[in-house]
Amino acid sequence: MSAETCKKETVAPRFLLPDAGGHFGEFGGIYVPETLMTPLAELTAAYETARRDPAFQQELAFLLKQYVGRPTILYFAEGLTRHLGGAKIYLKREDLLHTGAHKINNALGQALLAKRMGKKRVIAETGAGQHGVATAAICAKFGLECVIYMGATDMARQALNVYRMRLMGAEVRAVTAGQQTLKEAVNEAMRDWVTNVRTTHYILGTAYGAHPFPMMVRDFQRVISKESREQMLAAEGKLPDQVIACVGGGSNAIGSFFEYLDDPAVALTGVEAGGRAIAPGEHAARFAGGKLGVLQGCLTYILQNYDGQIEGTHSVSAGLDYAAVGPEHAYYWKKGRIQFAHANDTEALAAFQLLCRTEGILPALESSHALAHAVKVAPTLAQEKVLLVNLSGRGDKDVWHAAKVMGEELAV
Amino acid sequence: MSSTDRIATAFATARQQGHAAFIAYICGGDPNLDASVQIAETLFSSGVDLLEIGVPFSDPLADGPTNQLAAQRALAAGMDHEKIFTLVRRIREKSDRPIVLYAYYNLIFSQGIAHYLQCCKDAGVDGILTLDCPPEEAGELLAASRAIGLANIFIVAPTTPPERVERIARDASGFIYYVSREGVTGERSDLVANLAESVAAIKQHTHLPVAVGFGISTPEQVTAVGKVADGVIVGSALVNVIAAHAEHPEEISAALGEKARHLIGGLR
Repeated sequence: MSAETCKKETVAPRFLLPDAGGHFGEFGGIYVPETLMTPLAELTAAYETARRDPAFQQELAFLLKQYVGRPTILYFAEGLTRHLGGAKIYLKREDLLHTGAHKINNALGQALLAKRMGKKRVIAETGAGQHGVATAAICAKFGLECVIYMGATDMARQALNVYRMRLMGAEVRAVTAGQQTLKEAVNEAMRDWVTNVRTTHYILGTAYGAHPFPMMVRDFQRVISKESREQMLAAEGKLPDQVIACVGGGSNAIGSFFEYLDDPAVALTGVEAGGRAIAPGEHAARFAGGKLGVLQGCLTYILQNYDGQIEGTHSVSAGLDYAAVGPEHAYYWKKGRIQFAHANDTEALAAFQLLCRTEGILPALESSHALAHAVKVAPTLAQEKVLLVNLSGRGDKDVWHAAKVMGEELAV
Repeated sequence: MSSTDRIATAFATARQQGHAAFIAYICGGDPNLDASVQIAETLFSSGVDLLEIGVPFSDPLADGPTNQLAAQRALAAGMDHEKIFTLVRRIREKSDRPIVLYAYYNLIFSQGIAHYLQCCKDAGVDGILTLDCPPEEAGELLAASRAIGLANIFIVAPTTPPERVERIARDASGFIYYVSREGVTGERSDLVANLAESVAAIKQHTHLPVAVGFGISTPEQVTAVGKVADGVIVGSALVNVIAAHAEHPEEISAALGEKARHLIGGLR
């Protein structure tokens, strides 16, 4: 599969997706055990009511400003631009948000919803730990009981975030099944939810899973492109030529792209984890090696073998290390509106260091994949072209792991 | 005998004998294909009326640790869809009792729905239960299975409201699987209190037999469920016996037969 094989087709108006059953064209839907069907319908109804309620939107807007730290700045990366010698590169600084990544936009929205629904207990999965930390923070603030599921492998490479969650009163439960990363954490969170669904809200961290999660998470992350569109017009007097974001499940990417979907001149590029190589078990580039399938609630492109068993994945970044991609991305890829590329571990680590040296900004390893793509394309473009890279998170959490991968052991 | 006939006959025969049908769940290929053939034979000869064969999946999100580990053992032993069909064909050489596959949707979807179901039918499978495919998404699955006379077993849960039970019952065939509690599969020491009311509420919407599962693991629980339901489903309690002897498959039959007879004793 490649972007070239997909013809441009008519795209449904962006606000009409998904349909009532959670479908983005053939993708998405609700594929869950029967026990969750009615709770998901209740969640959808509660969300629909909340989002039309001015009081809910006001509280969300207030807390996004006062607690989360929005709006984030749009930063012209002059040093990086000069170094690469091509298109101008702007960074949307989601890394400056409270708890260090875009994840808190969604965690806050869903926690407000959980409170509204009278749920006293919150669970979440986490890969890199950023969604877990954001959820733990909001739960501490709202006085909600919080349990975070995290793969044991991820706990080892993101030990700092594990401790941050515990400091905020969350219980972090290690998941030791399978390859002990994000996918297994989602399985375990789903098992908890199916058991405790009457008292518990599951704050899913990405634009993935059964309806209404992909829609709801997208809506809470849309704020990124709402802001960047206005900021870009103010800074450059025009829209960017290309928006670039990394894609694990796809929440920072759909949030960064959404307000540009109706601007055909703005190219939208999602960057997946190329890992060590595009070979089974060595990467997480679903559009490069995936097939249509159903996993953890929805129909989308999935890395799987001939038998329908889900394949292992690898990425230097825990947050992109996932076998499936959000259904809305699958839809826009098929329609030719969003292109997908991948950056490998080496390229991401190089971009990680390059941004440190040229700008004094330490990006998350996830966001470094988006940067790596900009590093590739910027020199090929004219200087009046503008690239907007979503810097989805900061890299403090990655310092220890990155040093280890690059051959240095830091004293703890 | 056609598929739905085998299932209907099993429930009718049990009813004529004055007890609920006993339904056993095992994971196909746990601990390996040959052992599974022997396990099925043992279960049927111990009095099991209907066999549910779990199709091992890498990501069984509705299953507790017992069945997760069973799936891991089966996959490690090299099970795949072809071998599941081989397993069913080999069981069919010796038994005419109903066999239902218990699968996650991706396993079916990835092979092409109609193709997978036809392979099921050809191997001698009587029905299919897809854990993570509710009726809303089951259009193609329903059409394809109806075309070839394969039963579609759907789950009803404690969270399912009456109007939804009615909708599920419209699409279901074979029997209704009532999950007696919220949660994943696994043995439990207690039973839910209002089971009789729940089963009666389902029966207002269907003439199909209603079988109850999730957490049933003692003869006393089997007796209690057997009084109010048409079928009693036991999984993890049997799978745990298989797990205990997984390193020595030749020991499984004796231990499993004893466990099955002990549990089935709760119905007689």
